[in-house]
Parts: sequence; structure tokens; C-alpha cells
Amino acid sequence: MNARVALLREQSLSTQPSIASERAELLTRFYLQQGEKVSTPVQRALAFRFVLENQPVYVGQDELIVGERGPGPKATPTYPELCCHSLQDLDLLATRDKIRFEVPDRVKRVYRETIIPYWQGKSLREMIFREMSDAWKAAYDAGVFTEFMEQRAPGHTVLDDKIYRRGLLGLKEDIRKALDELDYLHDPECYARREELRAMAICIDAVIGFAHRHAAKARELAQRENDPGRKRELERIAEICSRVPAHPPTDFWEALQAYWFVHLGVIIELNTWDAFSPGRLDQHLYPFYRKGLADGTLTVERAKELLQCLWIKFNNQPAPPKVGVTAAESGTYVDFANINLGGLRRDGADGVNELTYLILEIIDDMRLTQPNTSILLSQKNLDRFLGAACRIIRKGWGQPAVFNCDAIIAELLRQGKTLEDARDGGASGCVETGAFGKESYILTGYYNLAKVLELALNNGFDPRKGIQLGPTTGDVREFETYEELFDAFRKQLLHFVDIKIKGNNLIERMFATHMPAPFLSTLISDCIAKGRDYHDGGARYNTTYIQGVGLGTVTDSLSAIKHHVFCKKTLTMDELLNALLDNFEGCEEVRQLLLNKTPRYGNDDDRADSIMRAVFEAFHTSVDGRPNTKGGVYRINLLPTTCHIYFGSVTGATPEGRKAGKPLSEGISPVQGADRRGPTAVLLSASKMDHARTGGTLLNQKFSPQLLEGESGLNRLADLIRTYFRLGGHHIQFNVVSAGTLRAAQDEPERYRDLIVRVAGYSDYFCNLHKDLQDEIIARTEHASPDG
Amino acid sequence: MSSSLAAAEVMGMGSPSHGLVFDIMKYATHDGPGIRTVVFFKGCRLRCRWCHNPEGQRAWPEIMFWDRRCTGCGRCLAACQHGALAGGNGAFRLPNDKCVLCGACVEACPAEARTLVGRTLTAEQVMDEIGKDAIFYEQSGGGVTFSGGEPLAQAAFLMAVLRMCKCEGYHTTVETTGFTDVKTLLKAGELTDLFLYDVKLMNSQVHRKFTGVSNASMLANLRALSRHHGNVVVRVPVIPGVTDTAQNLRELGEFLSGLDGVSEVHLLPYHRHGMDKYSRLGRPFLMGAVLPPDAGTMRRIAEQLTLFGKRVSIGGSPDR
Repeated sequence: MNARVALLREQSLSTQPSIASERAELLTRFYLQQGEKVSTPVQRALAFRFVLENQPVYVGQDELIVGERGPGPKATPTYPELCCHSLQDLDLLATRDKIRFEVPDRVKRVYRETIIPYWQGKSLREMIFREMSDAWKAAYDAGVFTEFMEQRAPGHTVLDDKIYRRGLLGLKEDIRKALDELDYLHDPECYARREELRAMAICIDAVIGFAHRHAAKARELAQRENDPGRKRELERIAEICSRVPAHPPTDFWEALQAYWFVHLGVIIELNTWDAFSPGRLDQHLYPFYRKGLADGTLTVERAKELLQCLWIKFNNQPAPPKVGVTAAESGTYVDFANINLGGLRRDGADGVNELTYLILEIIDDMRLTQPNTSILLSQKNLDRFLGAACRIIRKGWGQPAVFNCDAIIAELLRQGKTLEDARDGGASGCVETGAFGKESYILTGYYNLAKVLELALNNGFDPRKGIQLGPTTGDVREFETYEELFDAFRKQLLHFVDIKIKGNNLIERMFATHMPAPFLSTLISDCIAKGRDYHDGGARYNTTYIQGVGLGTVTDSLSAIKHHVFCKKTLTMDELLNALLDNFEGCEEVRQLLLNKTPRYGNDDDRADSIMRAVFEAFHTSVDGRPNTKGGVYRINLLPTTCHIYFGSVTGATPEGRKAGKPLSEGISPVQGADRRGPTAVLLSASKMDHARTGGTLLNQKFSPQLLEGESGLNRLADLIRTYFRLGGHHIQFNVVSAGTLRAAQDEPERYRDLIVRVAGYSDYFCNLHKDLQDEIIARTEHASPDG
Repeated sequence: MSSSLAAAEVMGMGSPSHGLVFDIMKYATHDGPGIRTVVFFKGCRLRCRWCHNPEGQRAWPEIMFWDRRCTGCGRCLAACQHGALAGGNGAFRLPNDKCVLCGACVEACPAEARTLVGRTLTAEQVMDEIGKDAIFYEQSGGGVTFSGGEPLAQAAFLMAVLRMCKCEGYHTTVETTGFTDVKTLLKAGELTDLFLYDVKLMNSQVHRKFTGVSNASMLANLRALSRHHGNVVVRVPVIPGVTDTAQNLRELGEFLSGLDGVSEVHLLPYHRHGMDKYSRLGRPFLMGAVLPPDAGTMRRIAEQLTLFGKRVSIGGSPDR
């Protein structure tokens, strides 16, 4: 990277994230001053415009792509209309060890004097908690599920190519036509539609105005600039910001800046889950890239530099911190913006182009956690593409993730998308499938499958809370068959899915009614045509997801019970339950027995894998196809982000030998250390699930860097990926283990028994090696460079 | 270990239907091309001092004891009906000669601190396990490798499984010391796509000293094999002070240069990963403080051997 990029990158990395109160102040002032009564969408749009007209505009030194969500890099606005931070929250954010946010005294004062007094009791979060049933609250408190929307707005949205083709003014023209075509004679919803469309038009003007403010700022800086080179740049920036995103971009630079303003608009309008993502960036930008190279207005170096500047912009936006008890949890700065590369084009042809390779180079140069980059791998893509990605994967800094493009298309087709819309789709957030630019696919929260099993084992009683949380599904001591137990599990599962869905449906309506997102709605087909908000079924497709967590833990737990209590009768149910309630205190042998002598998921062992399938089916049947309030349905996916840690902390000891409070298994990965037959067995086990009926699954694999050395190591990695995808797997991510992980494995071997290490010509399980050799490998890993 | 029991176990060795296997390892990536499954046959006449699979040497099942896993619960002691764990220090550790290898203590151990190495499997059982990863072989150009121990020591069983692999279209590799009769070796060669043939020391007496047997038949067999089989890779363990002497390397190079069927040479640096296995088996580790050769030494040896006209690589298989 050149000096400019290095400087901006360093600035982005070294700036301490802080809380900026400008947005909250402006919003509060707007609501305090509002005059005539207007509809909610128009009110939201006017508030949005007021914020964009008045919030500080930042054009940083040497920047080529301009615009920040807050007053400067890493200055993070808050969204008190969704959830309002208390003074204690702000103190916590400023003082906690990890994921700290600086909170200037002025921000605290403004919060104390203005923001908290106005928003207290008025935030949507408080409304949600007022409206939820007692059963919902009890389950939420016990950690049976989480609720995304209590802190942030539904989001998880990805753009297609419409802003590059149409410009915002093109979309505004669509809005005008839709307004003209409203049928006031027959359409009972004409008022609602008119207000929504009016709101959309206001938002478009607001974002264009925001761009123009940047143009003015750049012009002003240009006048004062002494360096002629930078002066020209600033003048060019002013020109660009005057044209985009209002008009379709005419070159590569404009295209990037157009996207960035749209991105900022979405994340300033509301604090949406998983930020906002550009989608298939390599395809969207390719026409501009080619044109620029052909007519000599762009060089490869310049394209790289501009992309790198955009990357830094993503990294400048930490995820806004949460409120309430969760403020103490460290959380993450990562806001899950996710760029998809490769895959197929809308017409079914290979989607990889030169820009795909260039962007892969860039992510490796930049090594930023934001934006996250994923590749979509289709059977049609060349091995060269996969190879380029694998070369980066093995460096071990965590990107790119690899998605099965053909599986994603199958998933989207099953959900009723058209073939073209499915091909235009991809993965966003962590691993979630969506039709980019056309779908509202909302993740509503994690669902703790292990907790549900704990409740089934205790006849609905939650030992941790000491309350009867679930229905009485029978005393498991009296069960004569495994099937009776599984049936009790299934009943508990359905019971809490029902509670969650009832809550979700109310929350969906609250967002539709009180918190429309008219700007986001202009970007997602067919909100304009329908005259409906993104939160109210305006999108072409509307999917609501519940994310199951702990599949491996539950599978192994059920397997342990089936094997030891019902088949081999090595334990009675009573002995098992007592051991669990005692957290295996004084019965380590029982725990070892359960850990070691149970058929476990991840070993290509049908005895365990068939249980995994049964759990999958039970969860799928409980959720899939049930109607949401937006004309769409509920679906499942299986991913945890970091929730397996929280869920583990509220779940007692489990029958596969896990102690109380320890993390659950994550995604669809086997329980940590349970897979002892190598990666092919894990992939075969995981592919026994029908991925096509999910909206995304997450599989993590650990590798030591030595296993990925050389061309051969690279090819084996590619072979594993290709094979898993032939078997229908959705996503796989490789964690190249660090020396730190190896040290952890020395301390806690039982959780790392799956860890394979390689030394020239030989591989072995790390935990089986002599301590001296382990130390030697740790030392080598610390200095490993697997590029060779 | 009672000798009668050992003999009983050995009786199965000539059987085409049953074999003694001590491990089946998936996702092996350096014993032949692609992603492979390695079937480790138990039993080998050689006693190479540096052997990293000592559990593959004896032709009968053995108990391994994993010190660090043992919780000291005593269930093994209670489970043993033969008094094999009774008495003396380390009572729960390795069995005395009353052990009949019934496996009760292994079954009883909750912590997997005791494992029974060596299970008699049918050819069908081996094939079932191999077949699980077929899609990976297909994708990667991989297949199955038979290693050990010495797979040719159970020649009838090996031939049966090789034949079945050929029916399934799997690529087959046999890793061998060549310590067998030439007829058996050549017959196996008809069903084997690739040989990984161990050559350690050229001097017969030194060979006997470090491995317990003469190298005469092994070298003769390699010569014969290389005339009939076009795909033999010679593997040389680089054992500091033993196989890496100038004389040994020169004689080795001269010998190999005359063998047309030998396509390349793999130099396998000595490593100590097998160290703990010796104590798990209750046997002394004889390599003491010998350290693995460093990368520079390995490169130097590779260069030396390259002069004899063979492609030489360090470590496992280069890619397809």
C-alpha cells in the first residue's frame, strides 16, 4: 500500500473508538421542536434530513473517499429512539477493559441534561419490554433465546446494483411515478402508501444534500490548500460529491463514493443489525473498472488505492455499543459488513473477474476486520479463484470465509426466489443467505437448544433460576425409552419457539408502526412499487430467521443419554441427573465416561450423526414456514456469532460432559475436542444435515499453519472445500491456529483433542505429543510463515 | 504377554479375510498423492531404533497406557478378571503377563487412559472405513495407503483389501520395508499404484545393528520391484549419526541410480513424535537425546542425493 493508504490505515487502527452525541442531540432537538402533526414515516424522514443537514461533515487529510457516520473516524453515534444509554452505561463503556469507547465529558453532560430526560420511557426498547408477555420475559431472562431487535433495528441488508445504474434521482423518479399512480378511489391503504413514498423522497433529498455538504467542505478545503496535488484532489472530490449518489456514477471513483454515501445514509437512519453491505462488489464495480482502464482514466494502482480508501471507511465505523446489562459484555467493534466476491452472475455465468482478484489482494494488504470479505464458490468458478482465496486463508488472519454459491442458490430457490434473484444473492452478516437488494431477511435472535434440553431433563424446571419455566413434559427418570425423552425435548423446543415467535410478531409490528426506515426502503425492491416500508413487508421477499445454537452440544448430550442410559445402561437416569445438578463435582469418572465413551457428532459416526439430524429436523419443523407479519415466513439458520458463550453461561452441566457455564458448541461445528477423526470426518458429519433447508450454517475448522504449507497444503485445503460443497455444505471457515491456541490446548487438552499439527512429513494430534515437542511446535508456530 | 496368546493372535496373519490393524487414519496428506486414508497394519519384523510407530511392531494386540489422561479411579483394576493389573507399583498401568488382552480394563476406563492397539478386522470392515472418504479421494486424486508395521507381513489380507480397492477404483499405495519374499512383493505390485519403499542403511551389519535384520533381501527386493513396477518412491529416514553418514548416502545414491523404477526419493527427517508411545507401551525409548536434523542439513543431504539422478524432496509426497 502507498504512503497515503498506510497513513489512513494507521489512523483508523490507532484511533480510540468514542461515543459521539451529535446525532442523538439533533434528533432530540428535532422532536422537541417539531411543529405541525405529520405521519410517522414523514416524521422519521424529516428527522433524518435534519440530522444530515446539521451533523458535522468530515473530510480528512489525504482522503479520497469521504464521509463518516459520526463527526470523524471511529466517532460512533447513538440511537436513543431505539435504545437510550444510561449514564451508568456510558461509564461502563468508558472504563471496561475490552471494546472500550471513549465518552467525552460533554457527551455525558448532554446525555444527562437532554437526551436521557427526553427519551426515557420513549425508546422502542422500553416499549418492547413493556409489551412482551411474562412468559417471553421469563424465557429471555433464563437465556432460552435472545432478541436482536431490543437493541438495534432490523437490518441485515445488502445492496444490489441499482444505485450504480439509476442514481438516487432515478429512484426518486420511481417514487414520483408510484405517487402518481396511487389509487385514491379504491386503495384503502392509499394514505399509508402516500406517506411512505413521501418519506422516501425526503430521505433521498437528505442524502443528496449530505453529499453536497461534503462537496462544499471539499471545495472550501481546496481553496485553503497549498499543495497543488491535494488541491486538485479536493476539487475532484467536490465534483464527485456534487454528482453522486444523485446521479449514476460515471467512473470508478464516483462509483465507490456513491456507494459510501448510500452506506452512510442507511447506518445513520437507524442502527441496523449487521450494518449494511455492498453485496457483489466485484461485479458492481467491474463495468467502471473496465471502462476506466480502457479509456486511460484509471490505472490498476489507482483502483487499488481507491478501494483501499473505501476499506478504511468501513473500518472507521465501529458497531454502536449496546445498552443495559449487556453494556458490560465486551461485545465487538465489528459491525458485520460483508463483501461477497466471485460466484455467479445473474445470467448464470462465472462471476469472477479481474477485479475479484484485485480485491482479494486488497483484503490481504489491508488486513482489517471490517469489512469482512467472503468468497462465493460455484462449481463453475475456476480453481485459480479458490487457490487465490486459499493463499490468503492460510495466512491465518481469518478472511476470506468461503461460501457455497450453488448451495446458496438452492436455499434461495427453495424459499421461492426467482433463479435470477437467487444468483444475485449471497451471504451477509455471518453466514446468512439473502436475495441482495430485494429481501428483508431479519435475524431475530439466537435460540439456546442446549437450554431446552436442560429443561426437558428437568420436566420444564430451570435449575439455575429455580422456576418452572417450561411445560411439564414428564419426569425423565420414569421414561422407558429414548424416544420418550426426545419427544419431551421436542415439546419444550416448540413451546419456546412459539413464545419467541409471538414476541417477534409484536416487535415486527412495532418497527413497522413506529420505526419505519424510508431511506433503506428506497434501496430495496419492491418497497417503492408497493409503497411500503422495509419493516412492513415492502421488500420483494420477507424472511424472519431464528438462529439455533448448540447443535453439537445437544447432539452429543442426547447421544450420551441414549448410549449410556438406554442402550448400555452404564448409568441410570437418576445418576446422570444428579451428576449434572452437582456439575460433576465428585464424579469426574462419570464425566470422563460421558466425554470419551459416547458416539459423538463430528466423527462420521451415524449413531451420533443421526441424532444431529433428528435435532435439526425438530428445530426446522418448529420454525420453518410459519408466517411472519410481513407476508413472509420464518426460517432457521445455525450460527452463533459469540452467543454460544453467553448461552453456555446460563446452561447447567450437560450430559456430554460439559460443565455448567462453559461455552456451547458453535454453529454446526462439533463440540470442541469431540471430533477425533480428522477434518474429512467432520465435513461428512456436517453434510448429513440438509443445508438447503436453512438460511445459513456455520462450520469452523482449526488447522495448524504447518498443515497448510506449500502447494500441497494449499491443494488439500481447496480439496476439502470443494468436497464439502459437493456434499451440499453452506459455509466453511478455517482458523489457522495460533501459538496461543496451542498453549490453551496444553492447559485444557480435553477441549482440543481434535487439533492436528504437522511436522515435516508427519501429522499427529497435538494433545498426544510429549510436552517438549508441544513446546517446540508452539515455538515454531510463533514464527511460522506458511506462504512458502 | 503370554507367548501362547501371541501365537494365537499371529495365527490369523496369513488369513485373507482377517487382519490385525492398529489404526485407520483419515485425511493423511503425505503418504501418497491427494487426501488419503492410511491403514496401519500391526506387526513388523524390524526393530528400527528410531521407529515412530512402535505400536506397529508386535504382531499381536497391546495395551497402551496414557499417563496424563489417568484419573486414578481404579475402575480398570476392578474390571480385570485375570489379576493382570494387581500388585506392585503403578498398579493401574501396564498389565503383567497374566493379561489375556480381553480389553475389559480398556472398556472400563472412562478417561481413555487405556487403549487397546490392534484390532482384528475383516476385509469388509476395513473397506467400510476406507469407503467413507471416497468422495475426498475422488476430489483430490487421493486414495488409500497401507502402512504399518509392515503391511506385507499380512500379505494375504493386504492382497484381499488391495483387490477390493481396485474394484472401487481407489488409488493404492503400499508403504513397505520390503522385508518379505520377492514373489509376494511383486504380486502385491500388480495391485499397487505406488510404492513408498523404505531404505535406511546400505551396510548390512550396521543395518542389522539398528534394525535387527539384514538388509540383503530388502535391497534385492527393491531391485526386483523396480524392474517390474514403474512407480516406486524410495523413502530414507534421515537419522542423525546413523543414516546420514557420507558413506551411507553415497552408497545409497549409487544403488538408487541404477534402479529405473525408482522415480524419486523422499528424505524423512528424524522426529521424536513417537517418544511418548514407548512409555505408553512400557518400552524404553532408545534414541535418547538425539535431535531432529535441522533444515540446512536436510537441504545438504537432498543436494547430495540429487547428484545421483533422482528427484529428491524433503518430507512427504510432493503434489500430484
